[in-house]
Formats: sequence, C-alpha cells, structure tokens
Amino acid sequence: MFMRPYGSWRSTRREMENLRREMNRLFTEWPRQARWFPAPEYPAMNVWTKDDVTVVTAELPGINPEDIDISVEDGTMVLKGNREPDETPENTVYHRRERKCGSFSRTFRLPFRVDADKVQASFAKGVLSITLPRAEADKPKKITIKSA
Amino acid sequence: MSEEQALQLEDTEKLEVEETGAERTRDRLAFVPRVDIYETDEAITVVADLPGVDENSIDITLEKNVLTLNAYVEPEEPEGFDLAYAEYRVGDYQRAFTLSDQIDQEGIEATVNAGVLRLYLPKITEAKRRKIAITPG
Repeated sequence: MFMRPYGSWRSTRREMENLRREMNRLFTEWPRQARWFPAPEYPAMNVWTKDDVTVVTAELPGINPEDIDISVEDGTMVLKGNREPDETPENTVYHRRERKCGSFSRTFRLPFRVDADKVQASFAKGVLSITLPRAEADKPKKITIKSA
Repeated sequence: MSEEQALQLEDTEKLEVEETGAERTRDRLAFVPRVDIYETDEAITVVADLPGVDENSIDITLEKNVLTLNAYVEPEEPEGFDLAYAEYRVGDYQRAFTLSDQIDQEGIEATVNAGVLRLYLPKITEAKRRKIAITPG
C-alpha cells in the first residue's frame, strides 16, 4: 500500500464521485434509448412503472411458456426457466453456434410489495411481460391532520 | 452432448450492426441476431433469435446467393408507463449470409415461433444435377 504524498483518501474519493456524476450526466443527456445498464444476470429485463403498477419485460425467445416459472413473494420476484436445445438429427455439422441453451434464474427486487394473486404474465413473440400491481396494504395511507 | 449449464451473462448483450457499405434508411437501432447454423446431408438450417418479431415483420430476401434477414420490431411500450430501468434495448434485426450454390432456392422454407426464425434450406439433390456430356467435334 502506497502512502500518497499529496492529498488523502478522501480527495481521491471525491474525484471518483465527480467522475461518477459526470458519467451519470453524460448518460442522462442522451436520448432515452442510450440509458441502459448491463444486466447482472440472464435474462435482461426492462422495468416500466406507472403509479401503482409495475410492468417487467424480458426477452426470452424460443422458450416454451411452460418452462418459465415466475414466483412472487412480498417484494421479490424470482424468474426461473429453462431453454431446451434444438432437436437435431444425427450427422449434424454446426457452422455457427451462437444461441445458448440452459437454465436461468433471476431474482428481482420490486419497488413495492405485490399481491401475488393479482400478478399477470403474458408471453408473445418471445417477449415475456409481467404486470405487477401494488398490494393494497402497501399503498401509502393519507393521514389527515386534525386541527386541535 | 448437451450439458446442463446456466445461461451466462454475455448471452444478454446485443450486438449492434456496423454500418458498412449500404446504410440503413430506418431511424432505429439495428442489432445482429444470434443464429445457429447447422447442416445435415439434406439441408442447411438457420435458426435465428428474433424476440419481438412475428411472421409479418420479417423480410427474407435472396438475391444472387446472398440471403438477407431483415426483421422490424415495433416497440411495445405499455401505455402511459415510464421506463424506469432498462437492461436491453429494442431495435430491428439485420443479418446477411452468402449461400453456396448447393442450395435449392425454390425449396426454402421459413417458420417463426415465439420469436425464433427457422430457415430450412434444402440442398440440391442428385436428381437435379445434370451431368453435361461433351461431344467430340
């Protein structure tokens, strides 16, 4: 560990904070499509919000909807599934093999607690879309102020 | 042959099309779809991952042995929602392949299911090949 002769750990950290703020500003000024984050796990998901409903979309081409398992518990959603490899006859020679197969499991924190009974999911053209309405118990209650 | 393995992170990243030669006229992002190409004695099969695409939004053209796939994706944004967090981008798909002369171009079939395109390219069978006799003269 080197001891820096000038400055201290705090000033280094301040510079990193500045850099991070600059990068954030750079990204938010771009058109919306450019502001995306690399996914931590497969599959990549996009989250749309409106008031008390969240919609999560994921691209899962070639997966049978029966092989997808969505479970919701309080504020977490777990998306599990399996992609089967294609059936190929004997004597097959592969020229390109870019599509991967296998199992995946992704856990996702939701911004609010969700009622598991009201969750709906649809799968069309290889895109999975999950609608999660906020649980009634989780909605903020308005507190009236009584004038005393 | 297929081991049980988990799908890895790099499988989520999409590759953007590099604009070399002819530019795209549409204003949307274009990605290179992932394909599997495998060959048996009878045919070559091309399987491409095109999520968000159905049979009406794909153009497959074959011109002088170049097979071009163009798929158009309409962004499916839920009405009235704001995009809070994005890990993948939505855009069109484009990829082109050069076919060999061994393909019987009349018999090409394509099916789309759940965002996966399967192209079946049969090879020219022996019956179609003509041997040309050389007459001395």
